[in-house]
Amino acid sequence: MSKRHITTTVNQESTEFLCESQQTLLNVLRDELGLIGTKEGCGSGDCGACTVLLNNKPVCSCLVLAVEAEGQQIETIEGVASGDELHPIQQKILEHAALQCGICTPGIIIAAKALIEENPNPTEQEIRYWLAGNLCRCTGYDKIIRAVMDAAKVMREDAA
Amino acid sequence: MKTTFSSVGTSPIRPDGIDKVTGRAEFGADRYLPGMLVGKVLRSPHAHARILSIDTSAALAINGVKAIVTGDDFADIPEGTVIPGEMELDVCDLAKNIIARDKALYHGHPLAAVAAISEAIAEQALNAISVEYEILQPVLNLEQAVAPNAPLLNEQLFTVGLPDKPTKPSNVASIKQLAFGDVEAAFSQAHTVIEDIFTTPTVHQGYIEPQAVTASCNRDGKASVWCCTQGPFAVRALSALVLDWPLGKIKVTPSEIGGGFGGKTTVYLEPIAIKLSQLANRPVRMVLTRDEVFRATGPTSATQIQLKLAADANGTLLAGQAILKYESGAFKGSPVMPGMMCIFAPYQIAAFDITGHDILVNKPKAASYRAPGAPAAAFAMESMMDRLAIELAIDPIELRLKNAACEGSRAPYGIKFPPIGLVETLQAAKQHPHYSAPLEPNQGRGIASGFWFNIGFQSTATVNINEDGTVSVVTGSPDIGGSRASMALMAAEELGVDYETIEPLVGDTESAGYSDITGGSRTTFATGMAVIKACQEVIEQLCNRATKLWQIDRDHVYFSEGSVCTKADINGDKQSLSIPAFAQLAAKTGGPISGRCSINAQGAGAGFATHICDVEVDPETGKLDVIRYTAIQDAGKAVHPAYVEGQLQGGAVQGIGWALNEAYCFDDQGRMENPSFLDYRIPVALDLPMIDTVIVEVPNPSHPYGVRGVGETPIVPPLAAVANAVRAATDIRFRDLPLSPPRVLAAINQKEAF
Repeated sequence: MSKRHITTTVNQESTEFLCESQQTLLNVLRDELGLIGTKEGCGSGDCGACTVLLNNKPVCSCLVLAVEAEGQQIETIEGVASGDELHPIQQKILEHAALQCGICTPGIIIAAKALIEENPNPTEQEIRYWLAGNLCRCTGYDKIIRAVMDAAKVMREDAA
Repeated sequence: MKTTFSSVGTSPIRPDGIDKVTGRAEFGADRYLPGMLVGKVLRSPHAHARILSIDTSAALAINGVKAIVTGDDFADIPEGTVIPGEMELDVCDLAKNIIARDKALYHGHPLAAVAAISEAIAEQALNAISVEYEILQPVLNLEQAVAPNAPLLNEQLFTVGLPDKPTKPSNVASIKQLAFGDVEAAFSQAHTVIEDIFTTPTVHQGYIEPQAVTASCNRDGKASVWCCTQGPFAVRALSALVLDWPLGKIKVTPSEIGGGFGGKTTVYLEPIAIKLSQLANRPVRMVLTRDEVFRATGPTSATQIQLKLAADANGTLLAGQAILKYESGAFKGSPVMPGMMCIFAPYQIAAFDITGHDILVNKPKAASYRAPGAPAAAFAMESMMDRLAIELAIDPIELRLKNAACEGSRAPYGIKFPPIGLVETLQAAKQHPHYSAPLEPNQGRGIASGFWFNIGFQSTATVNINEDGTVSVVTGSPDIGGSRASMALMAAEELGVDYETIEPLVGDTESAGYSDITGGSRTTFATGMAVIKACQEVIEQLCNRATKLWQIDRDHVYFSEGSVCTKADINGDKQSLSIPAFAQLAAKTGGPISGRCSINAQGAGAGFATHICDVEVDPETGKLDVIRYTAIQDAGKAVHPAYVEGQLQGGAVQGIGWALNEAYCFDDQGRMENPSFLDYRIPVALDLPMIDTVIVEVPNPSHPYGVRGVGETPIVPPLAAVANAVRAATDIRFRDLPLSPPRVLAAINQKEAF
C-alpha cells in the first residue's frame, strides 16, 4: 500500500511526512521526524512516556495513528522550552530533583503543562489524579508533585 | 575523614538535567544509524518444551529479511562452564538464556531472531519460522519443583550442598546453610517461641525504559554497541563470552538509562544484535516490547520463608531459625544467599540456623532487583518482630532497639560491624512526629527496619584539567539516578572549585577505565572514592609543578580552595596559583594536567533504614491506602541530599507496590497472564501520599567523606512496614503478598488469617 502524505503542525512548525496507515504518531515522531524526546515505555497507553499534546490535549502518541495528525497541532517535549529559556515546569523539575533516570520526564512535563493550562492552581490531589497515567518507577512521585505545584505557583505569579 | 564541606551536602541541578527535561537525552532506543535494520526475537509460546527443530528457510526467503539467527549460530558452551569470582557466572546458562538451544524453559524464551528492513517484515519473518516442539509439563512453583516425580528443567543439574553427593538430578540447584550456636537449646528454654511461614510472589523491576540496543559490526569484525545498561564493561564481557569473541572486538557505549534497579546488569539482546549485524553487514537496532520485558527479562524470585524466633520475657532475641526457598527461574541463581545473610543482620542473635534453597521453575531467570533477596527476608523477619512486640507488649521500636546490631556486633555472615546507623534510624523514628500522630478508625501504623550490605568493587576515574581551567571527570559508571551530580560535587569539594566548573562524563568501554556495574549501591561510594583520589593526584601534580616554578621545597606549598599557595613564612611573601592559572601554564610546567585512580574499593559500609507506614483499610472493599509514610535511613554522608531523598522515596514506593499490588500471574501452562502495565500494576501518583524522609548520617570510616551507598536499602523495609500497618488496622496478620483488595477483603470477612 502506498504511503499517506500528511500535513500537520509540530511544535508550531508546519511539517509534512509520509506514513503508512497503521503507523502510530509516536512512531512517526521518533522514526521519521527525529523527535526522540517522546519515549516509548509500553506501546499500549499504560505508561504515559509518549505523552504529547494534540490540539493542547494530552494524548498517548502510541495510541494515535499518524494519519490523525492531518491538519492538527502537535506539541512534543522539544517544543516546550522557548529557545534557551526553560518552561517553568522544566525548571522546577530540575530544581526539585524530580527526575532520576529521566525516561518518564518528557511525558510528565507535557502532561503537567496541559494540567496547569487548564487549571492554574491545582491541588496535590488534582495533580496526582492528572498524572496517574504517567508512570515513574524511580522517584515515588513526591518530588514530581512538589515540582508541578511549585511551577503552577510561579506561572500564576508570572501571569499576575 | 573530612567533616566540613562546601560542595558536598548541597543539592545543585544535575549536570545532565537540561537534556533530560528538553528531550535531548539519548536513551537506549534513541540511536539511529544509516541503513539500520530492525531486529526482532521469536519467543517460545510454551513454558517447558524440547525444541526438536527450527526451520528458518521460509523466513529467510522473504524480501527484506537480511539475517536470521538461532542457538546454532552461537558458541557451543559446555554445561558447567563457570567463571569464578565475587560474582560467579555460569556462562552456559547465560548463553542458553539469551537464546535457547535444546529446550525452551519459559514462556517467552528466545528461540531465534531476525533482522529485516522494517518492523512489519521482521514480524512477518518471525511468523514464517517453523518450530517443532515436544511440549513438556511445566514446573510453576516451589511445591511442584520439589515434588517426587517433578519434571526436570535440567537433567544435568545435581543439588549442590547436600552432605552426600546426590545420585539423581533435581530442580533444587543448591541448599546452603549459615549456622552458629545451639538453636535447639534456646528454643527449648525460651520464654516465647513464635513460628510462621511467609510468601512473596514473582515481581519485576518495572523500569519504564525497555531494553534496547543498536549494534553495528564493521568489515574488520569489530562491533560497536549502543545500549541502556548498568554496566557497559559487563555487556562487553558477557557478549564476548556468549559469542566467543575476543573482548577487544566489542566496544560498548552506554546510553542514558531509563531505570534498571538491577535488571540491566546482565545481557539479553546485545549478543543477538551483534550477531545479526555481523551476518547482515548492517547496523541492527533491537527494542523490547513491554510484553517481552515482563515475559523474558529478569523478575525477582517468588519466595517462601519459614521463620522461627525465640525470645526471653524482655524481648531479647535468643535464637532464630529460617528456611528460605527462592525460585531462580529457568536457570540456577536466585538471590537466596543474600536473603540468608540479610534476614537476621539487623539484630544480635546468639544462635541461628539459616538454610537457603535455590530452586528452578519454568519462569524467566531471576535477575538482580534492588537489594536482591533482602526485601522478602525482611518481610518475614520484620513481620515476626512485629508479632513478638505484640505478644510481649513491648513497643516495636523498643523491641528493635533492644536487639539492634551496632558497632562491634557480629553479623550472621561473619563480619564485625564497623560504625553503622540502625540505632540512629530507630531513635529518629521514635522521635519523629509521625510515630506519635493520632490515627482514625480503620487506620493502622507499622514499623519495619531493613539492611543491605552495599558493595565497593572496582572503579576507575580520570580527572582532566581543561585548557580553560574547567575540569572533566570521566568514569565508567552509568548514571542511573543522578550520579554525575555526585561525582561533580565530590570533585568540586576535593579541588576546592565551583560545582559548575566540573564536567562529569560517563565514558564507553574504550575511553573510560574499567568499572564494575552501577549496582550494589556502589557508584557514589566506590566510583566517588576513585574520583576523590584522582583529584588528589591532580592536587599533588599541581603542588609539584608549583615547587618547580617557584623553586621552593614541596613542604613549603599547600593546596587550599582551588589554589596552590606558599606558606606565609617563605621569604615573607605569599604566592598562589589557581587551577585556571595552572591550566594556562600547563605546557610550560610539564604538559597536560590529569589525575587517574583505579581502585577495588573496600569497606562499603552497610546501610540501615527504619520506615513508618500508616494505612487506611476500606472494610467493604479490602482496598488499602497508604496515607502517610516516613523513610529514615543512614546515608553516612549525603553527597547530594535531594537525590538521596529521591532514592529513599523511590525505593519505598517500589516496596509499597510489592506489598500492595505487584505479582506475576501465570495460567496452569506457565503463560504469564499480565505482561502489561495495565495488569501488572506498579504504583501511580494517585496511589500515594508524599513520602517523608529523614537522612541520618553515621559516617562510614572507609570513605574519605564518610559516604555509604543508599540506593538499595530503601526497598527492604516497606513490605513489612505496610503489612504491619495493615495488621494494626485490621488485627489480621497477612503472611502472603501482595495485599490485594480481594485477599484483604476475604481475610476481613473471615478474620481467621492468624
